[in-house]
Amino acid sequence: MNVVTVSKTEQIIKDIQPRPFGKVGKIWLGFLIAICIVGSYAYYCQLRDGLVVTAMGDYVSWGIYISNFVFFVAISLVGSLITAIFRLANIHWSTPITRIAEIIAVSAIFFASLIIIVDMGRPERLYNLFLHPRLQSPIIWDVVVIGTYFIISLLLLYLPLLPDIKILLKQSKEMPGWMRKFYSWLGSFWTGSKVQKQINNHSIKILSIMIIPVAFCIHTVTSWLFATTYRPGWDSTNFGAYFVSGAFLVGAGGVVTAMYVFRQMYQLSDYITDKHFDRMGKAVVLLAFLYLYFNVNEYLVPAFKMKKPEEIHLTELFSGHFAPMFWFAIIVGMLLPIAILITKSGRKPMMVFIAGIMVVVGAWFKRYLIVTPTLLHPFLPMQDVPDKFRTYFPSWHEWAIAFGSLAGALLVITLFARIFPVIPIYETIIGEDENEEHLI
Amino acid sequence: MDNNKSQTRREFLGGSLISALMLSSCDQKPHAFMTDEPILPSGDLVKLLSVDGEIIEVDRAFLKPVPDITPVTNEEARIGIEGKKFVMVIDLSRCKNLKKCQQACNHVHHVHPSQNWIKVYSMQEAEHTAPYWQPTTCMHCDEPPCVKVCPVDATFKRKDGIVLIDSNRCVGCRFCMAACPYSTRVFNWEEPDIPLEIAQQAYNCETSTPQKKGTVGKCDFCPDAVRKGELPHCVSSCPNGVFFFGDLVEDSVTNGSETVRFSELIKDKAGYRLMEDLGTKPSVYYLPPVSRNFPYESGLENQAPANSHSH
Repeated sequence: MNVVTVSKTEQIIKDIQPRPFGKVGKIWLGFLIAICIVGSYAYYCQLRDGLVVTAMGDYVSWGIYISNFVFFVAISLVGSLITAIFRLANIHWSTPITRIAEIIAVSAIFFASLIIIVDMGRPERLYNLFLHPRLQSPIIWDVVVIGTYFIISLLLLYLPLLPDIKILLKQSKEMPGWMRKFYSWLGSFWTGSKVQKQINNHSIKILSIMIIPVAFCIHTVTSWLFATTYRPGWDSTNFGAYFVSGAFLVGAGGVVTAMYVFRQMYQLSDYITDKHFDRMGKAVVLLAFLYLYFNVNEYLVPAFKMKKPEEIHLTELFSGHFAPMFWFAIIVGMLLPIAILITKSGRKPMMVFIAGIMVVVGAWFKRYLIVTPTLLHPFLPMQDVPDKFRTYFPSWHEWAIAFGSLAGALLVITLFARIFPVIPIYETIIGEDENEEHLI
Repeated sequence: MDNNKSQTRREFLGGSLISALMLSSCDQKPHAFMTDEPILPSGDLVKLLSVDGEIIEVDRAFLKPVPDITPVTNEEARIGIEGKKFVMVIDLSRCKNLKKCQQACNHVHHVHPSQNWIKVYSMQEAEHTAPYWQPTTCMHCDEPPCVKVCPVDATFKRKDGIVLIDSNRCVGCRFCMAACPYSTRVFNWEEPDIPLEIAQQAYNCETSTPQKKGTVGKCDFCPDAVRKGELPHCVSSCPNGVFFFGDLVEDSVTNGSETVRFSELIKDKAGYRLMEDLGTKPSVYYLPPVSRNFPYESGLENQAPANSHSH
């Protein structure tokens, strides 16, 4: 910090410090809040009348709540990818996007927990998970690892914020009173002494190592919610790796999307540069290939044999009722992003942003395809049940709640960006410092 | 002297009856005939056989209708009936899709309308194989996938082999429904449609009533009836004797009119279980639909129009 000229430091702070919402920001905020309110009302109806307000039945007993849950858990894995794996691999260029990745992780994992409570028939009995836990159940494993992941992610968001909080408290003149109060509450103990910095760096390093196995666990265990059953389409030893690779892909897609939006909204092109989009674009290509590989394993191997219970399931996906969505998820979620991002000219920010959106949307439908079609193909035929149990299309309550949760996650990210710098200030200054040292 | 003796017995019996009632009614509503008034002997003696096989005389005044055996507590219901291992044998050669089993079951358990704990499937394994009717109950597996995945121990396996649900504990995650390969479990998506006086009762794991909104339900092998020495309602309601119920330890099963050795029945008629390859070890055995009592077609009239048989 001493080496860098004061003016440069000031410039960085000025560029990155949080700013009040503009007109677009306010419209966006209102839009998100409106969706959240509709979602909350739908959930109120569900609490009042029961899960009957959904389109679920005794066959499709898990619907878009669960696929949305899987989607949230998946996207949250990006925090560990960018902050931990890149950090441990000594990749420094990712520093400006670590906070974006981490807030996506925290927000997504929080809403994953919420949506799973929404799916419960008896949410008021949640305490039974702690009062009468059965360790044999993969749900309990999920509770443990998701809880752990949430806390580590929160710490990985908070600890790098501490130096930034101090810098902003000291430097920012136009900070409103409520924000100053909040900042002081969060980090007034931080003096920036050598010992504190040492402890903080050390903690971040330990957490970065810890979060990798935990991240693998959350999505592997989430895949086991399905893979530990006998059902065709779920009964697969490929599921853990398939889910984890898919999670890294959707997470990277989410991050490039957010990078672009923040860069445009906050004029951060000096910090989130074309180079970042180029590199993240390459990472998305790699991850899309990886996920494609596991998809080939997941579908081609059983399709080669066409065992009786798998046959109906696979035919429905490849050429039946679910075929449009299936090929949409494969083509838009994997193949097209690869095609766009594999060339250098395709890795321009705008194109990366579009590919990122494709990845995220494709991934959302992919999760739906993982959950629902399997439940429509039970071992014993669907007989002696009400007709409405034979098919599934989410009710408006389900759509409202699912979109409400997605809007909620975006709302948390949006509000976070209003209050905190989306690019780590301190680390950026230090980064400049190191670069200068290199030059010397 | 004789009179004296019977008098002491009388006191003993009366006293023990009252204390038993008081014990059993701890968390129940007091029974109508329970009264604080002392019972006055009428002098009219009745001869009875005691549990020890002794003939005893009891004053008529002490004879009161015996209440239903008070339901066991949900803690006891988790343990099961000691020394028993319940099994069911379903003889497919006798089924003609009458669905009396289903009706009785739905009635007794107040299953929500349009849902069923017992289903009668129209089955056909392959294009050129014979169709047949296959009633299914809960399989009460010895390796129950549903119990394995339950996060809160709401569904549990008892010593006597029965798998039950504690609806007071179920959180409604429906993992058990995803795990069960027999699609045997149903969910109370809305407030169950049951008479108010039933709905107000405390939930009992052995009767599985009253069903509760937001929890899972399924066939329970009627352990409350079994405890009283009665047969599950599907067994007793089937006019064709399709269902045999009994105890593997005693090696005997009965459909109410015929009582047979379980092992011999399975051996003679080549009994099998559903989806043996999954390793769930069901407690329900099937006898193949050979030498049938009814042609398959005779069951078609009872079939809901949308049900087509499986291939």
